[in-house]
Amino acid sequence: MTVEDLKELAEQEQERQRQFTHRIFYCSAAGCASCGSSGVRNALLKALKEKGIEKEVSAVGTGCMGLCGEGPLVRIAPDGTMYQHVDEAVAQKIVDRHILNGEKVSENLVDTSSPFFSSQFKIVLENCGSIDSENINEYIAAEGYASLAKVVTEMAPGEVIDEIRKSGLRGRGGAGYPTGLKWGIVRKAASEQKYVVCNADEGDPGAFMDRSVLEGDPHRVLEGMAIAGYSVGANQGYIYVRAEYPLAIERLRLAIKHAEKQGLLGNRIFESGFNFRIDLRIGAGAFVCGEETALIRSIEGKRGRPRPRPPYPAERGLWGSPTLINNVETFANIAPIIRRGSAWFAGIGTPKSAGTKVFALAGKIRNTGLIEVPMGIPLRRIIFDIGGGTPEGTEFKAAQTGGPSGGCIPTEHLDLPVDYESLTTVGSFMGSGGLIVMDSTSKMVEVAKYFMDFCVDESCGKCIPCRVGTVQLYNLLDKISRGEGTVDDLALLQELGTMVKETSLCGLGQGAPNPIFSTLRFFRQEYESLLRPVEGFVASPNAQKTTTNA
Amino acid sequence: MAILTLTIDGEQVSGKDDESILEIARQHGIHIPTLCYIDGLAAVGSCRLCLVEIEGSPKLAPACTTKPQEGMVVRTATERLQRHRRMIVELLASEGNHQCAVCVVNNHCELQNLAYDVGLTYVRFPYLFPKKTLDASHKDFIIDRNRCVLCTRCLRVCYEVEGAHVWDVAGRGINCEIISGLNQPWGDSDTCTSCGKCVLVCPTGALIEKGEAVAEMEKKTDFLRFIVTARKKKEWINMDSDEE
Ligand SMILES: Cc1cc2nc3c(=O)[nH]c(=O)nc-3n(C[C@H](O)[C@H](O)[C@H](O)COP(=O)(O)O)c2cc1C
Ligand code: SF4
Ligand code: SF4
Ligand code: FES
Repeated sequence: MTVEDLKELAEQEQERQRQFTHRIFYCSAAGCASCGSSGVRNALLKALKEKGIEKEVSAVGTGCMGLCGEGPLVRIAPDGTMYQHVDEAVAQKIVDRHILNGEKVSENLVDTSSPFFSSQFKIVLENCGSIDSENINEYIAAEGYASLAKVVTEMAPGEVIDEIRKSGLRGRGGAGYPTGLKWGIVRKAASEQKYVVCNADEGDPGAFMDRSVLEGDPHRVLEGMAIAGYSVGANQGYIYVRAEYPLAIERLRLAIKHAEKQGLLGNRIFESGFNFRIDLRIGAGAFVCGEETALIRSIEGKRGRPRPRPPYPAERGLWGSPTLINNVETFANIAPIIRRGSAWFAGIGTPKSAGTKVFALAGKIRNTGLIEVPMGIPLRRIIFDIGGGTPEGTEFKAAQTGGPSGGCIPTEHLDLPVDYESLTTVGSFMGSGGLIVMDSTSKMVEVAKYFMDFCVDESCGKCIPCRVGTVQLYNLLDKISRGEGTVDDLALLQELGTMVKETSLCGLGQGAPNPIFSTLRFFRQEYESLLRPVEGFVASPNAQKTTTNA
Repeated sequence: MAILTLTIDGEQVSGKDDESILEIARQHGIHIPTLCYIDGLAAVGSCRLCLVEIEGSPKLAPACTTKPQEGMVVRTATERLQRHRRMIVELLASEGNHQCAVCVVNNHCELQNLAYDVGLTYVRFPYLFPKKTLDASHKDFIIDRNRCVLCTRCLRVCYEVEGAHVWDVAGRGINCEIISGLNQPWGDSDTCTSCGKCVLVCPTGALIEKGEAVAEMEKKTDFLRFIVTARKKKEWINMDSDEE
C-alpha cells in the first residue's frame, strides 16, 4: 500500500457511504450488548429487508455512544438523531417512521442538545459510535492511517517525538508521565531489539474507558502503536488485554488481521524500510498485571509480580530490551496529534494537562456512561451538567476518582478543575478515568473498606507491607465500622497506612491507603462517631484539636 | 566499571557502580537490616527492610537493589526508617505462626534476630495465623509453611545455584505459599536433588532438617558465597578465615 492507495481507498469508502440515504448506527459495545442490542440489529435488518430498502439504508454496529445507562442506543446519519431504550418494536418504528416518513420516534428520542453532549469534547472517542469498528475501510475513510502514512513517509523519528513532546500529551494510564519524554528515552536506549507495549489491562473497579476504545475504534490504537514503533525504533508491539474483554479481543484480532492484509502492519509499511507487527497477549485479569513491570513478566510467560524500578522498562523491559509501555488512551491520542498538529492539541485543556480525558461515570448519577471532556473542566460540570446530578431526592456527597489508589472529593471542592495536579492537591488522583459519584446515603468508612478489600484480594503478596499491611488495614477498618474501634485503633490505622504507602514495592501497595487518608481528611467525623469510648476515660475538650490533623 | 563516591550516614564512602548501596554500606561497616537479601543470590527488593532515604528523592529506595550514583547522600537509620522497619517485622510476626519456644531454630533465627535488631517488643495487630500446611514427605527435610516469611531465598538458591527450580510461589496476597513442583509433595519431586541448600538459606524454621530438636538447628549461609565466587571468578575463598 502506498500513500496514494490509502487516499483512494478512503475516497472509495466515502463514496460507498454516500450511496446510502441513511445509515443506522446501533451500539454493539458491551454495555448495549448486555441489554439487547443484538436483537435490535436483527430487527433493523429484518425491517429494512421487508421494506426493500436494504440497499439504500445500512445498519452498522458501532462502539460505545456514551449514554450507557439508557441503552440500547441507536443513532441515524446524516441527521444525527439519537434514540434510547431501543428494543425490537422501537427498531421497527425507527424504520417505519423515521427512515420512510422522516418523522422522529418522539417516545425514544434523546435530546442531543443537552449538556451531556454539548459539554463533551471528543478526540479519543471521535469515531466511537459512528464507524463500524470491524471494517477497516470505515476507519480509513475517517482519515485513519493517514498519520502513520505521514510519519513513515515524511517525518524523521526524532521529529515525531518532538511533535508528541510539544503536544503536552501525558500518559493516560494513571501517573501522567509526559509521553514524548518517555518515547525519547526509549529511542535513545542503545539496543538492536525494542518493543512497544499497549497496556489494556484496565482493572480499576467500574472503569471501562479502554474497553470502549478497543471495541469502538481498535485501529486507532494500532495506528498509535505503529507510530510509536517507528519513532522509538521497535519492530514488534504487544497489546496486553484482559481475558474479561472478549469483544475487545475479538475486534482487535480482526483489526490486526485487516491491517496486515492491507499492508498497514507487517513488513515495508508504506513501502518504506519500516516493519512493525502487533500481537495480542491475553491476561488473566489480575489488577497488579496492569503495573508495568508485572505486565512485562506476564507477557514473558512468568508470574505477574512487580519488581523494583529503576531500571525502568524504557531501559530494561521485555526480555531485557528497552520497552515503551503506554496506555490504550495514550496511544489513541497519537494519530489525531500528528494529523492536526501539536499546537492544536496543546491548546485543549490546561497548560500542564493538555488534551482531553475519558471518564466512566458510575454510581449515584443520572447519566451513567462514557464521556470525554477537556482537561481542566470543573468537577461540578462533569457531575451536574454532563452527569445530570444525583438522582431525584438524593444529595451529592463525594466523587471518587483514581480507583483503589484514589480519593474522594467532597462538595466543597466541586469547583476543582479536573487535571493531574489539581486532583493531587485534594489527595485524589487522576487514575485511569473511573469516576464514581456517591450520595448522602454512602458511608465513607464502608467506602474505604470496600477499596481496601479490593487491594487485599489483588495484592500479589511479594512485599510484606502490602501483603500483610492491607489485611491489617482492612481488619482495623472493619473493627471501626462495627463500632468496636478505639482512638488507638484510629491512630494505628493512620500509622500503618503511612507505612504501607511509603514502603510498598509497587503502586498497588503505595496507593492502597489513599482511600483511607482521603476519607479521613474530609469525613473524619464519620470515623470518630463510630469509635467505642474507652471506659473511665473522658476526653479533654481540647483533645479534638490534636487529633484532627489528618 | 567505575568507582564512585557517596555519603552514607554522614560518612564519605566509595564503591563500584555495579554494586548495590547495601553492599557498599556493608563494606564500610554500616549495618542495614535485611531479610530477603542474601549474599550470592539475585536481589529482589521484596521485604522492604533495607529501605533507605536518598536525598532529593521523595521515595524510599531498597538498598539491596539500588545502584549508587556519584555524590549520592544516603541515610540508613532515620527515625522514620526505624519506625517503618519495626512495623514490617511486627506485620511478619502477626502473619505466620512464630512460636519461638517450640522451634528448632530458636536462638539461631534471622527473624528473631531482626525483631531484636529493630526493637520489636510487642505486636499490636491481631494474629492472622492463616492455615498453612506442613510437608514432611521428603526423606531428609521438612517444610513448615506456618513459619515461612516468603522471602523466596529457597526458590532463588534452588533455581539460580542448584539449577533445579523445585520451589515456586503459588497463590496471591496473604494466600501466597511456597510450593514444590506443581504443588506436589516435596518427597515426590523428581527435580529435587536433596542438596539441602534451601534449608541452609532459609532464615526461619520453615525449612529444617529432620531429626533436630527445639533450638538445635543452626544455619550456615557462607557456602553460597563460596560457590558463587568459585563459579564467577574461579577463586576458592577460604571460608574458615571468615569465621569469627
Ligand atoms: C497496580 C497498578 C495497576 C495499573 N493498571 C494499569 C492499567 O490497567 N492500565 C494502564 O494503562 N496502566 C496501569 N497502571 C500504570 C502502568 O504501570 C503504567 O504506568 C502505564 O501503563 C504507563 O502508560 P502511560 O504512560 O501511557 O500512562 C497500573 C499501575 C499500577 C501500580
Ligand atoms: S505493593 Fe502489593 S502488589 Fe505491589 S509488589 Fe508489593 S505485594 Fe505485590
Ligand atoms: S521457606 Fe524459608 S527460604 Fe523459603 S520463602 Fe519461606 S522463609 Fe524464605
Ligand atoms: S533486603 Fe532489600 S528489600 Fe529485602
